[in-house]
Amino acid sequence: MRTLARRRLTATLALGASGVATLIGLAFLAAILWTLFSRGIGGLAWRVFTQTLPAPGSSGGLINAIYGSVVMTLLGVLIGAPIGILAATYLSEYGRRARLSVVIRFINDVLLSAPSIVIGLFVYTLVVVPMGHFSALAGAISLAIIVIPVAVRTGEDMLRLVPQSMRHGSAALGAQPWRSITSIVYPAARSGLLTGVLLALARVSGETAPLLFTALNNQFWSAKLTQPMANLPVVIFTFATSPYDDWQQLAWVGALLITLFVLLLSIVARLISRLFGVPESRVE
Amino acid sequence: MASAPTITLPFAERLRHEARAEAVFRALTVVCAALVLAVLAGVIGALFYGAWPALSTFKIGFLTRTVWNPVTNQFGALAAVYGTVVTSLVAMVIAVPLAFGIAVFLTETCPLWLRGPIGSCIELLAAVPSIVFGIWGLFVLAPLLQHTVQPWIIDTFGDLPGVGRLFRGPPYGIGMLTAGFVLAIMVLPFITSVMREVFLSTPRSLKEAAYGIGATQWEVVWDVVVPNSRAGIIGGIMLGLGRALGETMAVTFVVGNAHRISPSLLAPGTTISASIANEFTEALGPLYTSSLIALGLLLFVLTFVIIAAARLLLLRLERRGSAA
Repeated sequence: MRTLARRRLTATLALGASGVATLIGLAFLAAILWTLFSRGIGGLAWRVFTQTLPAPGSSGGLINAIYGSVVMTLLGVLIGAPIGILAATYLSEYGRRARLSVVIRFINDVLLSAPSIVIGLFVYTLVVVPMGHFSALAGAISLAIIVIPVAVRTGEDMLRLVPQSMRHGSAALGAQPWRSITSIVYPAARSGLLTGVLLALARVSGETAPLLFTALNNQFWSAKLTQPMANLPVVIFTFATSPYDDWQQLAWVGALLITLFVLLLSIVARLISRLFGVPESRVE
Repeated sequence: MASAPTITLPFAERLRHEARAEAVFRALTVVCAALVLAVLAGVIGALFYGAWPALSTFKIGFLTRTVWNPVTNQFGALAAVYGTVVTSLVAMVIAVPLAFGIAVFLTETCPLWLRGPIGSCIELLAAVPSIVFGIWGLFVLAPLLQHTVQPWIIDTFGDLPGVGRLFRGPPYGIGMLTAGFVLAIMVLPFITSVMREVFLSTPRSLKEAAYGIGATQWEVVWDVVVPNSRAGIIGGIMLGLGRALGETMAVTFVVGNAHRISPSLLAPGTTISASIANEFTEALGPLYTSSLIALGLLLFVLTFVIIAAARLLLLRLERRGSAA
């Protein structure tokens, strides 16, 4: 027979342990951010934003890597987001109850958690091998493939939030479904769709694995999409695992920049959804 | 009669135009939706195509051999598969209790006004790019484990019969234990978020009934909420496992990249994803490249099965929830 005192003690200990677990979780976040700031801030200098990647032992910056990251992530989102939102439009508007939609939703959810390095291998065989060399375009395509499932998931969630009565009202005025969708449903879901795109952008801006063998890396300034292009994640990987101190320092700066950017995006996305009363879409 | 067509003609033209646009737009959405399926088929097809030379050369031996020798062109996946599974299991052993604790805290113990901010912080952990976990793991966590935690583990558990084998050998810092540790932090927010959601979906009346017969808060959690959320908990754990198996950059930094199977968790090993990330661009010869793609295929199939099973579990749960 368990006494009440013992049961109370168990409850206190167990719930106390849950608080400790939360503290540990928060400590991880704090530790990572603290390390990033303390090691990254010291290396932040103007040359980071004005000079290209250095050779070992000489001074330089990250500008070509930053440029490459911006170009490839933007291109990836520009390709992936419209495809994803159109697919979401099918799932939410045309085929809401279709059997095909059930399959697509399921496959999309699986792709959402699929290992990104496999996407890199896929684009390698699909684009890099036929082209004969690594290229920024291949990098952007692999990022686009990662954007699609995120855009489909958030897109469908957001489009479904638009009340049916608005679609019916539009249809009653004689509008074809496509006109209702583009003139009524999309504008109504605007802030939600924007949140989804921002989340997708956050998701791919730190992606490294798929860029390793698609965009590769480039020590020099290059704006050609058909050529290998430097990008922050791969530079961080290469520089951090190198034995050179100044390279490692730049890797920390790069890591700090990426993390700040991604955290900022996530926070902005949250703010938008809160300001406009959009429930957060779960992306995991 | 003659005037009718002149009045309706522009309007009919407009209607035809609208109908055409409708057909085009609809087709466009169908194509994009089908593209999702095409990506899946394309990934499997391309990987199989790329892996074929290795698979046809080594046949089933690719799965059962540990040898990984680019010089003699002999490749087997066993060491990488072993490392992938072991690091992921280590991650689960660490992350599941933590995620459970956090989910309980956020749904039960935590003051209401703190739930939002703490929940957001845990979710921000999911937004940190994996490369950042990698560089942090290599420069901060690995030395820390090497100098403090690992010597203690070796002293305490190394001499135990049986399980002691897992904790012997020099403290390298990097190795499978460290990789598992970093993975645990990375999958923590994902498991927590699923658990939190299923905990919240426990019917109020059930909990209130338990409180009504005098259960403590913990008894309500353990005897009512947990059994009620079992399927969701398992789904969340499997989703985290799927993530951990495929995670690349963080592991590549800290796993040690040694193609061998060591009984000790402290020893360096490798995982499928780390092997691919490290060796792919430097792989010389078609058989080497093909073996790495075959590893990728293996990884994709492995994670696909686990994630699909997890999603099915969670999907069933969602249906049950919406039916009730």
